[in-house]
Amino acid sequence: MSTSERALRGRAAIVGVAESSLGEVGPGISSLDLIGQATVRALADAGLSKHDIDGLFTHSAFFSQPVLTTAEYLGIRPRFADGTATGGSSFVGHLWHAAAAIEAGLCEVALIAYGSTQRSNGGGLVASGAALTRSWETPYGPRMPASAYALAAARHMHEFGTTREQLAEVAVAARQWAKLNPQAFVQDDLTVDDVLSSRMVSSPLTVRDCCLVTDGGGAVIVTSAERARDLPKPPAYILGAGEATWHMNISQMPDLTTTAAQDSGRRAFDIAGVGPQDIDLVELYDAFTINPILFLEDLGFCAKGEGGAFVSDGAIAPGGSLPVNTNGGGLSYCHPGMYGILLVIEAVRQLRGEAGARQVDRHSLALAHGNGGTLSSQVTAILGDESTL
Amino acid sequence: MIDNVHTDVESLSAETAPGTVFDQYAAEGVLAYQRCGGCRHAVFPPRVLCPSCGCDDLAWQPSAGHGTVYSATVIAPRGKEPYTVALIDLDEGFRMMSTVTAGDGSAVAIDDHVRVEFRPAGEDAPLPVFVLETAR
Repeated sequence: MSTSERALRGRAAIVGVAESSLGEVGPGISSLDLIGQATVRALADAGLSKHDIDGLFTHSAFFSQPVLTTAEYLGIRPRFADGTATGGSSFVGHLWHAAAAIEAGLCEVALIAYGSTQRSNGGGLVASGAALTRSWETPYGPRMPASAYALAAARHMHEFGTTREQLAEVAVAARQWAKLNPQAFVQDDLTVDDVLSSRMVSSPLTVRDCCLVTDGGGAVIVTSAERARDLPKPPAYILGAGEATWHMNISQMPDLTTTAAQDSGRRAFDIAGVGPQDIDLVELYDAFTINPILFLEDLGFCAKGEGGAFVSDGAIAPGGSLPVNTNGGGLSYCHPGMYGILLVIEAVRQLRGEAGARQVDRHSLALAHGNGGTLSSQVTAILGDESTL
Repeated sequence: MIDNVHTDVESLSAETAPGTVFDQYAAEGVLAYQRCGGCRHAVFPPRVLCPSCGCDDLAWQPSAGHGTVYSATVIAPRGKEPYTVALIDLDEGFRMMSTVTAGDGSAVAIDDHVRVEFRPAGEDAPLPVFVLETAR
């Protein structure tokens, strides 16, 4: 770990967050409209104007040059732009890239933005562009991305005795959090038996083990810690982050039960100078129910193989021992193709104490973890309030 | 039988392109992979450098076509026959995605032994697929 990377601890802060309209926005509204809506709201939250933005960080499956399209729509001319595209984890990565760019003087006020109308556009997950590069997986008909996560779940069950009931516990906990969040897309009762008896998508995962397909977007404003202190909302300081990229295709993942979150988490904790035992709340990219189980293990909240037991008996649900995915997650709140920005927004709201009925009691230190591709990219960020500096 | 095709970055051409050579072997019913001359790593999917050590001294080898199921998932599209997508660890030390058929319709399990067959794919090269191997 370089000295300079550690020096980023607490040097930048999130000062504005907002969601766009979520769920099913209906015909006529574009992904860019959602980006614009979230940006206006996030700027208002930050007490800043569009003219303050001089850094832009975005990714999209809707346009091939997302930074250019977004800058044009918003009418901004950023002097620093970053279109890092690691799937759903991109926006957590953007957070760290923004902190580094601000510290280096490359920009002062960074906008991270995302919008998607994939539900209104007809359902299926939007892939990033046409593939002119041969796939060694597609000819066999995997139902991606679900089948990749199904293969990981099957292997985890085989090696560690993890059960379908334990996978279902993740979905049930997410639903219980969603019931406390008025923005959550689904609020119906959900039991372990409901999950198990739902339509099988790719064994062992049923449709209730899979994330929602919704519209939605968000915006996050980042600036220097110095400037953050002059703005209206309590800053959410970026204490550390770590990125790790091991592969793209699931067939190239060496061990399906161990993700690159092992590396990203270690890097983030090292920079932040804290450990899993210090974290008050956790936002994990739950595209599928196996994800939180893998990430809780790989980030050090429990030992490898014990994730299934860890999530059982309501331990990650409201009132449990560790608050996980307090907005209802991608499973029950919102999953607009890429979810990463929304888990950052929820972490900030919890740190500020703005989370309403779902507010957790202790909320000084939050971990937000993004996943991209097929368990491919892992990015961990640790955020804290003033007391954690 | 094509043999002794050697790929290094300077000899890269339409004829030696890694994907093309793989398909030529497949057309002869051979599942081929690359073996690194530097570190002996078994390389798949085909490429022009070793993902383990980085050298470009890669030699094509025929696989015996025997492997073990590392993981498997069953996909049951509405109104169609269910099928199994699996990750296969070949005995030579490389992994690939494929499909496995059990013949009698029974489920494919992790650690099952499988062997390669080739399925015609129209104008494309035949596709390596796997069947359960009972006695081994």
